[in-house]
Amino acid sequence: MNNLAPQAETYGLDVEGQKGQDVRFALSGRIALDNVYGLLEELRTKIEEMRPAKLEVDLAQVEYLDSSGALALIFLEKEAKKKDVPFEFVNTTEEAQRILGLIDPEELDVPPLRQEIRLNFFEFVGKTSLELGAEGYNLLGFFGKLLTSLLYLVFRPRQIRWGEVLVYMQKTGVEAFPILGMMSLLMGLVLAFMSSFTLREFGAMIYVAALVDVAFTRELGSLLTGILIAGRSGSSFAAEIGTMKVNEEVDALEVMGFEPVRFLAVPKVLATMFVMPVLTLYSMLFGILGGFLAAVTLLDLTIFTYVNETRKALEFFDIFYSLFKSVIYGMIIAVIGCQRGFQVRGGAQEVGTATTSAVVAGLFLIIVAAAVLSIVDQYIRPFFG
Amino acid sequence: MQKTEKKPIIKVENLTARFGDHTVLSDVTFKVYRGEILVILGGSGCGKSTLMKHMVGLHVPYTGRVLIDGIDVNTDDDRQLNQLRRKIGVSFQSGALFGSMTLGENVALPLREHMHLPEEAVNGIVRMKLAMVNLAGFENHLPSELSGGMQKRAGLARAMALDPMVLFFDEPSAGLDPVTGVELDIMIKRLNSGMGTTMVVVTHELQSIFNISDRVIMLDKDAKGIIAEGDPKVLKDSDDQRVHNFFNREPAGHEKEV
Repeated sequence: MNNLAPQAETYGLDVEGQKGQDVRFALSGRIALDNVYGLLEELRTKIEEMRPAKLEVDLAQVEYLDSSGALALIFLEKEAKKKDVPFEFVNTTEEAQRILGLIDPEELDVPPLRQEIRLNFFEFVGKTSLELGAEGYNLLGFFGKLLTSLLYLVFRPRQIRWGEVLVYMQKTGVEAFPILGMMSLLMGLVLAFMSSFTLREFGAMIYVAALVDVAFTRELGSLLTGILIAGRSGSSFAAEIGTMKVNEEVDALEVMGFEPVRFLAVPKVLATMFVMPVLTLYSMLFGILGGFLAAVTLLDLTIFTYVNETRKALEFFDIFYSLFKSVIYGMIIAVIGCQRGFQVRGGAQEVGTATTSAVVAGLFLIIVAAAVLSIVDQYIRPFFG
Repeated sequence: MQKTEKKPIIKVENLTARFGDHTVLSDVTFKVYRGEILVILGGSGCGKSTLMKHMVGLHVPYTGRVLIDGIDVNTDDDRQLNQLRRKIGVSFQSGALFGSMTLGENVALPLREHMHLPEEAVNGIVRMKLAMVNLAGFENHLPSELSGGMQKRAGLARAMALDPMVLFFDEPSAGLDPVTGVELDIMIKRLNSGMGTTMVVVTHELQSIFNISDRVIMLDKDAKGIIAEGDPKVLKDSDDQRVHNFFNREPAGHEKEV
């Protein structure tokens, strides 16, 4: 097997002729992609030195010539012609002739059919704003479509694919329990521990309990859950629908008479909205548990004091309002995930872009919604309190 | 044709391919000779693509080995493996172009990564390879803007970027209209005789088998190996019922003719 290629490993070059007269370069050996540009440099310097009146390149001894090697020789020919030096290949072997024949020098100079377009700053800003506008419009359009689908299904609840809803509740909800519990527990622990440094200075250690409690029931429980689900499930919805779009499965649904939004998006949105309050409640519980663990083990609070203080700080309005917020977050996450999925056109790369953008846009809108809802909180609290 | 010196470039030795408990190919041995176009053919599920994936080193054989120019495709030696990868090019079924890069960047990728060439050389080679597959001027297009046939040709241009000794084709004319398909066949033939590249083609398109192949090997699902080898024009009149059916487009008895 080793005696397969008794070829020379590299090229050889013999120069015949006088400076300023007819010059012949006799090439030999192996001329290929990996060494031809070295050869080309060598030939260029030789031409520079000798300034030949006429140039002949002898290919008789060439054992192996690949297409890149041939291309480099054609480059040389072009350069010579540019300098008005007559140039000729002589003693071309049959194989070399075939390869040179494959390359059409004319086609090498064909200008690209499309020039690269570079935008200046203003064009870039303009284009980006237009895209942003279109994106908002798309999102709103999709949201409207989803709402009409939901409205339609409210009157025909048996058309909802409940089996699918349960599957997604399992994926989005049940499977998120361990990580969410872990996250909330540690968050509560850290919150209690960190705040204790400041509170201790004021001799107000006892308020650690209230602080953790209020933080989790008012804001952190729903927000942490939202962030986690946006990362876990929003992305997976976008990837799933996006891949279906790439594989033409969405088109298949459409021609079979299924409304893709109703068929694919509604179960995901409903499932997410159903599990979000449960997850939020769970997150609150574990957050407070984390605070409790920190307080009784690391700080000098007794179990009784902590529980008692927590009960005093607990307000049912906070919890209910948080659960309501979590439903809104869930809807945002699922709607954006699905919408980004449906936006995919083209290939695998688009799916990745859609997934990223589902998470980024989801997180952004959750934060915005959290801000808006906490203002609303201030206005409606008196009616319930 | 310069088929006088028949030197083998690829040797497949006692290759057995298994997925779990399912044996796809059992004890397959054959050679591919320098400069020839070898077509691997057979019905669906006979393991043609599996065989090709073993030959390029994407799958690891259960037993046996594949040598390309003396190098085992599953060698652990990184240096040898790198050498090997530069000697082979694969044209995938749907082109497998990178969607985020233009055609020019796709073809330039192996050149930039494996070689240290001046930029003008890279550009020249890219334009040459694209011109060889009749895509001159398309270097700034994205793959998604091209038709299936053009994507396949661009994939071929990328496979040829490093002037490989062996080119593998997975179903080159699948999914193409007859005209585009036959044009691709002619192109394969032209590049083969021009550059002397050895080509291994997996296909089941009869027309293209007759157009391009110097030699074929036929695999069979039940035999789990090679059932025929040679010139397709001879095999057409084979006594073996399975071979005969394939080359003459006759049913194997699963469907009655009406």
